[in-house]
Amino acid sequence: MQNTSPKFGLLLKTPQRMPINREFRDIHISHLGVQYHRQDALQDITCTIKAGRLTGIFGPNGAGKSTLIKAILGLVPMSMGSVLYDGRPLVDQLEKVAYVPQRSQIDWNYPATVWDVVMTGRVKKTGWLRSFSSMSRQIAMTALERVEMLKYTDRPIGELSGGQQQRVFLARALTQEPEIFCFDEPFVGIDHKTQGVLFNIFQELTDRGKIVLVVNHDLGQSINHFDDLILLNCQLIASGPRLHVLTETNLQRAYFTI
Amino acid sequence: MEPLQYGFMQRSLIVAVLIGLLCAVVGTYLMVQRLALLGDAISHSVLPGLAIAFIIGANIFLGAFIAAMVSTVAIAVIKNRSPIKEDAAMGIVFSGFFALGVTLITGIQKANKIDLNHFLFGNILGVTPNEVRDTAILAAVALIIVFLLYKELLFYTFDPVGAQVAGLPVNQLNISLMLLISLTIVASMKAVGVILVLSMLITPGATAYLLVNRLHQVMILGAAIAIISSIVGIYLSYFYNLPSGPAIVLVVCTAFVLAFLFSPKSRVLGALVKHGR
Repeated sequence: MQNTSPKFGLLLKTPQRMPINREFRDIHISHLGVQYHRQDALQDITCTIKAGRLTGIFGPNGAGKSTLIKAILGLVPMSMGSVLYDGRPLVDQLEKVAYVPQRSQIDWNYPATVWDVVMTGRVKKTGWLRSFSSMSRQIAMTALERVEMLKYTDRPIGELSGGQQQRVFLARALTQEPEIFCFDEPFVGIDHKTQGVLFNIFQELTDRGKIVLVVNHDLGQSINHFDDLILLNCQLIASGPRLHVLTETNLQRAYFTI
Repeated sequence: MEPLQYGFMQRSLIVAVLIGLLCAVVGTYLMVQRLALLGDAISHSVLPGLAIAFIIGANIFLGAFIAAMVSTVAIAVIKNRSPIKEDAAMGIVFSGFFALGVTLITGIQKANKIDLNHFLFGNILGVTPNEVRDTAILAAVALIIVFLLYKELLFYTFDPVGAQVAGLPVNQLNISLMLLISLTIVASMKAVGVILVLSMLITPGATAYLLVNRLHQVMILGAAIAIISSIVGIYLSYFYNLPSGPAIVLVVCTAFVLAFLFSPKSRVLGALVKHGR
């Protein structure tokens, strides 16, 4: 385990450590709206998701947290507004994004091992009609080692605990070598150890200037790990630095209004 | 060995091996995506294509393939343009196509010396050398597509949303899968017929799935099970004068029952063995 960090550093190295113009490396969301069956699921969301900061999307059930992430990634259509990254629509550069879905969205009975799942993170980079390179395998091994799942490489995914499943998906996201990480409810049904691994890796990623966006509904102790918060209740209640957002008034408006 | 001196037995064994291999591999994708019913829908829908091809004198494989694609599109259109759900759309389309096919074939079977039963249940002992060739070409095309798109199709069938976000062309991958399934069904018509082809698509993969844990292992073991079952089924059909399609299907199902009873993954005898240790 001791020598994982330098390898991991290699894995996450970006072409330019310090972006020339930081503004462009943030995600700019303006006037985003989403409608489901002619009802507003999200209304007029305008905020900035900053590179190098751990950003949490919080709000009560049905506040549109997952919908916001899905709209940002183009998985549900926006009725209005725009999401820009690097001056261009984010949906046109999805290869820079790794998305970790809620565990409940995945069929864990699929006939695949931990290794098979982690290697799907290298499919796009490998390209059509090619088999995985030895570099891709090395990257996957390093990622598995980092999430402490290396000894489970050949285990069928259906035989893992919830926390182990979450760490496999984290490893896959790392192998994609993206600039933007999106996690949908990663803390649901996981163990203490996995929570520690997740927050450690979030920290390393943000230290390297990555964007890390996490949907969470839990307002417990773990909220203190986040740098920025987006507080939602179908509309934007507040966004920005954690302490600025976590005020009595904002929480009242998010959690106790209809 | 004795039956092998007959040309028709040689041909039917070649076709059986090809179909077993192809159905097991492609059908695995249906199973892991929980789309068994779609296989059923497409297979029933090829019938009017067959009949029309017969009437106008076109290649029956081509006619069947076009009908399969039309039905897939019809299901998608109903699902996307109305509040009707996919399973209902499949039910509507495949029973309608099937009824049309049965009507057309009944109308032309006397004049063309064809038998509706052969389309429904297969007539592998009656394959012609040309049909062996066509089956071989279809099988080769389908298996090459699976081989070339293996890692993309694994990603897409396991986690379609993840694949979409990763930038894979998920719509095109879905169309390729539908194409593969249609090709496979069309190629299998002669051997097992449109009604029983579902068994060849789902059962070998499901049997293998009880025994192994990775997609390519499911495909390879499933193919082995299907090939052996097909050969055994044809011999049974020859020696005991059974209908060939149902004979093959019954052997495949026997393999499934054995795997079900003894697999550590199913909670029957496997559980007893585990407790016994």
